[in-house]
Order: sequence, then C-alpha cells, then structure tokens
Amino acid sequence: MTDFVHPALLFILGAVPIPFLKETIRKAYLVLVPLLAFLAVLTMEPGTYGAATFIGQEILIAKVDRLSIVFATVFTIMALIGMIYALHLTRPGQHVAAFVYVGSALGVVFAGDYLTLYLFWEGMAFASAYLVFAQGGEKATGAAFRYLMVHVTGGVALLGGILLHGAATGSLLFGPMEGAIGVGAYLILAGFLLNAAVPPLNAWLTDAYPEATVTGAVFMSAFTTKTAVYVLARAFPGTELLVWLGAAMALYGVVYAVLENDCRRLLAYHIVSQVGYMVAGVGIGTEMAVNGATSHAFAHILYKALLFMGAGAVIYVTGRRKLTELGGLYRTMPLTVALYMVGAFAISAFPFFSGFVTKSMVVAAAGQDHRALVMLALTMASSGTFLHTGLKLPYYMFFGTDRKLEAREPPRNMLVAMGMAAALCIAIGIFPGPLYALLPYPVDFEPYTGAHVTESLGILMFTALGFVIFLRALDPENTISLDTDWFYRKGARGFMWLAEKPLARYEKAVSDVSETTVLPLLHGSARAGLRLDLNGVDGVVNGVARSILTGGGALRRLQTGVVTHYALAMIAGVIAAIVVFAVVWR
Amino acid sequence: MIERIVDFFGDERHALRRRRLFYLVLVLIVVADFLVSREHAEYLWERLPGWSAVYGFGSCVILIFVSKFLGHQGGLMRREDYYD
Repeated sequence: MTDFVHPALLFILGAVPIPFLKETIRKAYLVLVPLLAFLAVLTMEPGTYGAATFIGQEILIAKVDRLSIVFATVFTIMALIGMIYALHLTRPGQHVAAFVYVGSALGVVFAGDYLTLYLFWEGMAFASAYLVFAQGGEKATGAAFRYLMVHVTGGVALLGGILLHGAATGSLLFGPMEGAIGVGAYLILAGFLLNAAVPPLNAWLTDAYPEATVTGAVFMSAFTTKTAVYVLARAFPGTELLVWLGAAMALYGVVYAVLENDCRRLLAYHIVSQVGYMVAGVGIGTEMAVNGATSHAFAHILYKALLFMGAGAVIYVTGRRKLTELGGLYRTMPLTVALYMVGAFAISAFPFFSGFVTKSMVVAAAGQDHRALVMLALTMASSGTFLHTGLKLPYYMFFGTDRKLEAREPPRNMLVAMGMAAALCIAIGIFPGPLYALLPYPVDFEPYTGAHVTESLGILMFTALGFVIFLRALDPENTISLDTDWFYRKGARGFMWLAEKPLARYEKAVSDVSETTVLPLLHGSARAGLRLDLNGVDGVVNGVARSILTGGGALRRLQTGVVTHYALAMIAGVIAAIVVFAVVWR
Repeated sequence: MIERIVDFFGDERHALRRRRLFYLVLVLIVVADFLVSREHAEYLWERLPGWSAVYGFGSCVILIFVSKFLGHQGGLMRREDYYD
C-alpha cells in the first residue's frame, strides 16, 4: 500500500480542513492538493489495491490500469486549473464541494468493484449539485433540485442494475460485460448513459450547467460526463447501440446549439455533441476507437473547461449571459477573447489544436470500421461545432453589435487558469506524442497528413463561409428551447395539480364523513372509556406521565431544531450501523 | 500583440482587408486540396478534391436551416417565461 496513495482520498479528506484555513494559506492549500494528487497519479503503478470483503462480497477499492491512469491524469490537471480559476472566492463552501466532487470522480475512475463505484457515483451527484445550489436564486435552486432528482433516479437504476447483475453473475467486480446483456446490465447501462447525457437522458445537463456558479460550471463541464465515458469504455466497449446513440447525440447537441441564446447553455449543448464522439468511439470498440474516445475525453476536458471559463469570465464581469444582451466586448476583454478562441479552435479541431489530433482518431476509427454513415454524421457535427462555439458565440458575445457594456478583464487568477488550459490545448495539438503514449492501446495513427489537414480546413473554413453568408439567419432570439426536461417539468406540474385538486377534494370528503358520523361514535365510546379510566387506570397513567414529562424535558435540551444537526446525527447513525454490520456479520 | 490581432477581427476599419484575407484563405485551401496526395483514400468522396469544402458548406447551411425550422415550425423555441 505504500506505493499507492489514492488520489480520491487526498481530495475527499483534503476537503475537511478548507473551512478552517485563513485566506492566503487556504489559497496555497487549494493549489497544493491537486498538485499532490497529480504527482500521486504520475507515480502510480498499475495493479490492484485495497482488496477486501464486505458483507460477503469481494470489493476492490482501487484498480489501476492504463485506461484509469489517462482519466485520472486529466482529472487532476483539471482540478488544478479549476481550483486556480476559483481562487478568488472568499467563502469555502464551493471549494469543499469541488474537492469532494473531484475526489468522487477519481474514486469512480479507480473503482474495482460496483459497490465502490456506486458510492463515489452518488458522491459526485450530491457534491456537484451543491455547485448549482450555491448560485442561489429561484432559477438556480429549481434547476439544482431537478438535477439532483434526475441523478438520484439514475443512481437507483444503477444500484438496481448492480444488484441484479451481481445476483446473476455472482461477482460485483467492475469490468467488461461478458456474454449476453441481461436486465441488470441494461439498468447499469441506463445509469451510465444518463450521466453521459445521451438523449433523451440529456436534459439535466443543459438545464443545470448554465445555472451553476461561474466557477462551479467549469468543474461540472469536466467531470460527470467524462466519468460516464470512462465507465462505458470499461464495461461496454463494442456495444453496437452506443455507436448510433453517439452519432445521433453529436448532431442533437449541434441542432439545439443553433437555437440557444444563453451562452453557457450553448456550450452545454456542445458537451452533449462532443461526448457523442466519445460514446460512438466506445461503441465501435476497436483499439483505435477506444484510443480515440479516451484521447478525445482528455482533450475535451481541457478545451471545454477553457470555453466555460471564457463564458464565465464574461458573466462574472458583465453579469449578463444572453447573447441578445452581449456584444462588443473585444475592446475591453481582448485577452479573454484570445484565450476563448484557443478553446474554440481546439473544440473545432483546427490543425495544431488539441481537437485535431483526438477527434479525428474517432472519425478515422469509424472509417476503418467501414461505417461511412457514422463518419459523415460526425464530420457534419464538426462543422456545426465550429459554427457555434467558434463563430456564433464569439461573434455575438465579443464582437457583433456593441452594447456599450462596462467591462474589464477578469481577475488574474481566472486569466492564469485559462492560460494554462489554452497552453495545454495548443501543446497537445502540436505534440500529440505524450498523450498518445498515455492511451490504453498502442497508437497507429498519424493526424498530420496533407490530405487530413486540407480536408479539415476545407470543412471548417467553408463552414465559416456559410456563417458569413447566412449571418442574419443565426441572430440569437430571446427564447428558450424545449428539451426532454419538458416531460418532468410539465409532468411535475400535472402531479401538483393532481395533489391540489382531486386528491385534496377527496381528502376533504373523507374528513367530512369522519366529522359527521365517525366522530360522534368516537365521542360516545370515549365517554364510556372515561368512566372506566377515572376509576382504575388513572393512578398508573399519572405515574407514567410524570416520568415521561421529566424525560421529555431532558430530551428537549438535546434538540436544536437545526436540520443539519439531525442530518449529521443520521449520517453518524448510518456509519455506526454499517460498522456494526460489517464487524458482527463478517 | 494579442490586442492588435483581436482588434483586427473586431474593428470595422479592417472589414475590407479581413474579407480579402478570408477569400484568399478559402481559395488556397481548395487549391491545396487538389495538390495533396491521397494514397489512403478508402471512400469515394475522399478521392474527390474539394469535397470537404462542399460538405462543410452544405453541412453548415443544412444545420442552420433544419434547426431553425425545428425551432420555429416544430415548436422547440418558446418564450422565456414558458415554464413560469
């Protein structure tokens, strides 16, 4: 165990002292922990750690192999960048949530069995929901509750799947699904697909991310969907369904991005689109495709965070988020524009930017696997990606109509974080070697061929021509777009109507009956009882009542009325129960 | 330097030069696409020089108009107070 420090532990235990640290020390600490975690991942040896048995089940806290190391590497780098971006926050709440969130994501990436995975999976959902709650206000709170509800539902599906799968195969170890996929495996797949935001299970993402805090959204854009890609790559490589879901979601996100007016919601739809490439890559399942999906996840985390940081900087400075209300910021925020554009070129897969060396691997793998249609769909989605994140969003946010907004560059820590992400986007694009060397399989792919470069540039620059010609058709409109969250947002309203109208009427009718007929009957029997009571039982009852009264007084002093205290007591109770259970039953 | 580059893409003064540069780049890309070697071409379209320009432009136009059609005629775009 000495050669392995679990990075999840560093973050989760490391979150505890944050609220107690003072200003400068806290800042140093927030940077130090991700650095240590990054070192821990770099020095990690493949193998299995923390094997034990728990209530008769084999569990494996950490299983380290090439696939988990790639994801852990980029997760810790991203944690560092995200923490630097958030350093200016004075209240510790979001830092603690971000630490637990990152730690849980790392816990999933190293989980060797389904129980460990599930535990960290839920940890991620709750910690990330806090980053939306922290924004405050009615809209954010509503979105956060919906986010939590959807993830808890997904978690239940996952847990059900785990139990069924465990019962069917007799093992809870986490690895590739073998043989025919049963009900349990399908439920697990559904839980994974929900976190990967595969339509129609995508709406939680585009609903909640734009409502999160400026710094929180940066973390969220990186971890939840990419852990889902990781678990899919681990458990379901080569599942045909995923190829088509992935190709469809790549286009789905792009179509919605045309309609969007909220800058971060537009970017959120592009997460859906980009994760489509990864899901398709996992579905194709060849060595090259899984390499492509993995490397694309690596690059995606960095450029997507960069884009969210750029849009977040604009929101931080101007307080506005709608494209119809933004414009002309390039004069006051040139550095932000330049850094944002690096992210935009990376996501659009321009040569010498990171997307070029990773996205094309997925597309090439589709071609090699003789899937012409998938290849064409993904290429079309690349065109749409540049159209929105590279042209529409920066045009209406930074250029376009000058709205005479008062603006300035964001705080220096934000610019430094964006600069780090931008540097990595370019470095990976120019020197893909080190990233390729990290990938799970040997890489036999050369991105920089003449034909590939001219083809990419042709697709992208002629997309720009279309943008220039049809610019007016793309003008943002003051609308919101209906997505699959319509079903539960309107559905919940129907449920509330049901509860308020028919159910309330039924309840009133029942209470009327009880008042007119049942109550007199009870009164009569009570009077009869009273006579009996007064004579014999009274003495005994009085004695008991007196003792309860004194006991109650003592109990009342224990009750604080603060919900968090009760919650803490409950958690302590659950932990105690688990310990007793584990020790006594083993 | 960054400020000057950003300014070049933003300021109205450079509009004409910007447009000329853009068209020059487009022409260069198509010309280059005719010159590069294509020994690994597997699909029909990969052998056609200039295909990517056509597909890129076509994709862009299709995406804009299909999405806007779905948004306006398909009823996906709603007023902002739709859920309130």
